[in-house]
Amino acid sequence: MNPSVAWRYGRPALVLLLAGLAVGVPLWLVAVTSAKPQAEAIKPNLDLPQHWQPADNYADAVSQGEMLRGFVNSLLVVVPSVVLVLLLGAGAAWVFARRKSKLVSTAYALCISGLLLPPAVITIVMELRQLGLANTRPGMIAVYTGMYLSTSIFFMTGFIRAIPLELEEAARMDGATPARIFWRIVLPLLRPVIATATIMVMLYAWSDVFYAFFVLGGGERATLPLNLYQVASAQLYLNNWHLVFAYVVVMSLPMVAVFLVGQRKIVSGITSGAVK
Amino acid sequence: MAGPRKKVGRLPRAAVHHPWWFALPAIVVFAGFFLVPNLLNFYYPFTNWSSYHADIAFTGLDNFKTIADDGSLLRAIRTTLLYALLAALFQNGFGLVLALLLESDTRFNRLFRAVFFLPVLISALATGYVFQALLDQDGAVNSVLGTDVPWLGSTTWTLVVVTLIHGWKWMGLSMLIYLAGLKGIPGDMLEAARMDGAGPWRTFWSVRWPMLAPAVTFNVTTALIGSMNTFDIVQATTGGGPAAATEVFNIYMFRIFGQGLYAQASAMSLVLFLVVVAVAIPLVVGLRRREQLL
Repeated sequence: MNPSVAWRYGRPALVLLLAGLAVGVPLWLVAVTSAKPQAEAIKPNLDLPQHWQPADNYADAVSQGEMLRGFVNSLLVVVPSVVLVLLLGAGAAWVFARRKSKLVSTAYALCISGLLLPPAVITIVMELRQLGLANTRPGMIAVYTGMYLSTSIFFMTGFIRAIPLELEEAARMDGATPARIFWRIVLPLLRPVIATATIMVMLYAWSDVFYAFFVLGGGERATLPLNLYQVASAQLYLNNWHLVFAYVVVMSLPMVAVFLVGQRKIVSGITSGAVK
Repeated sequence: MAGPRKKVGRLPRAAVHHPWWFALPAIVVFAGFFLVPNLLNFYYPFTNWSSYHADIAFTGLDNFKTIADDGSLLRAIRTTLLYALLAALFQNGFGLVLALLLESDTRFNRLFRAVFFLPVLISALATGYVFQALLDQDGAVNSVLGTDVPWLGSTTWTLVVVTLIHGWKWMGLSMLIYLAGLKGIPGDMLEAARMDGAGPWRTFWSVRWPMLAPAVTFNVTTALIGSMNTFDIVQATTGGGPAAATEVFNIYMFRIFGQGLYAQASAMSLVLFLVVVAVAIPLVVGLRRREQLL
């Protein structure tokens, strides 16, 4: 058999095998375990449940894991963070892309330093305490916005530089103010980057547990991942894999849904931004 | 109407058309909640800030002495660097193999690209729990293989296992970027290589791999820097164990902060900052230069 024939039939077989082993097995484990009674789930395995009780498990995860509260809490910090990252980022990127001076390039370099530098999480806590923002949603939103602004500014600045200035000039001839040009011309043109940035920031903030732990702590304002962490660490859920995985499924579904809806845009956005 | 027009005459054009106040909110938030904490991080490590003192006093290098003497400083540096290196290797290796397997734009390939992207969408914490259930000594892998291997219990190999999980979680993102890189290679270049009698192997090493330089730069940089900031996967699989064998910077900070030793956690955070800078600058400069050479 010559190599190209082997490749033609071997490749799809290899893809199927890899997908089954690497993605199929973990997802299968999550799905079957989340439908098992506790006695069957103590030692996690790939067997089908002998007794199916997905409805009970999911109901338990929702009630014992404070899932609805966590869901609302997550939305209340993630959505404002995403909006702020995009709006503030677009405004800054517009100025950074269009103006040329030492001061502008210094400000730009500083603002994208967050792409590489780690957030100083311990002193963030200190600062938020002094500002009275510790354990509050505005504090969490400010921290997420600060963390992800660099990414959005970086991608948007690159994108705006590629937009011909003539578009703005034409509008200016018609007497449009800078604010109007920004709203009516720049923002709509940024749509592809905005789509990608939305997904990426949403994904990071929705999944974050580390910074949320320092800024929000547990309790009243805990987000979904914080709840998952607490229920998975608590005695209550010790070896309660069936509830942990019911929680994992519900927590992951919104992101999978967002991906399915925006798949094409996400893929093209991620790839066009990265490789210039 | 006369007022603003007069102003236009005096200010430079740029200031009128793209006024600074559009950038100001972003600069204020970024400076206030990213730069300022990083600056504060150069002061608090030298104090006795903790939950045991009412006031904060300057104590010089005491915190650094503590973490150096109990061995946690060197251990955190070594563990984190090793973690970043292995995680970047696995993430990029898996991503590149997947991109090469799924390169042509068929319906089959598009479906499986989405399948391999799924782990990116699942939170890192959840990923950690899934693999804990798989790799636990009582877990699914041992039950399928009929073995009794403590996958997450070795002081030597567990770090490798956890970085493999990290690579699994992020391989879909690397794959997409490598796919874009492969797509950007001009078709006539590959055609020319074929005409010259180059086989697939030769074409890959002499044409595609060099042409992938920008994608490699981006992927390697983001993977290395990103994985130095890792927390969730480690916390959910091993919690830093066994015997602190996987205790990266963020795990240490989380643990020590929980004990109320804030300044000591801040000292470790400053070291993380310096390590990231020390790795990032030569890396970015070096990879950029490599790109320009080609």
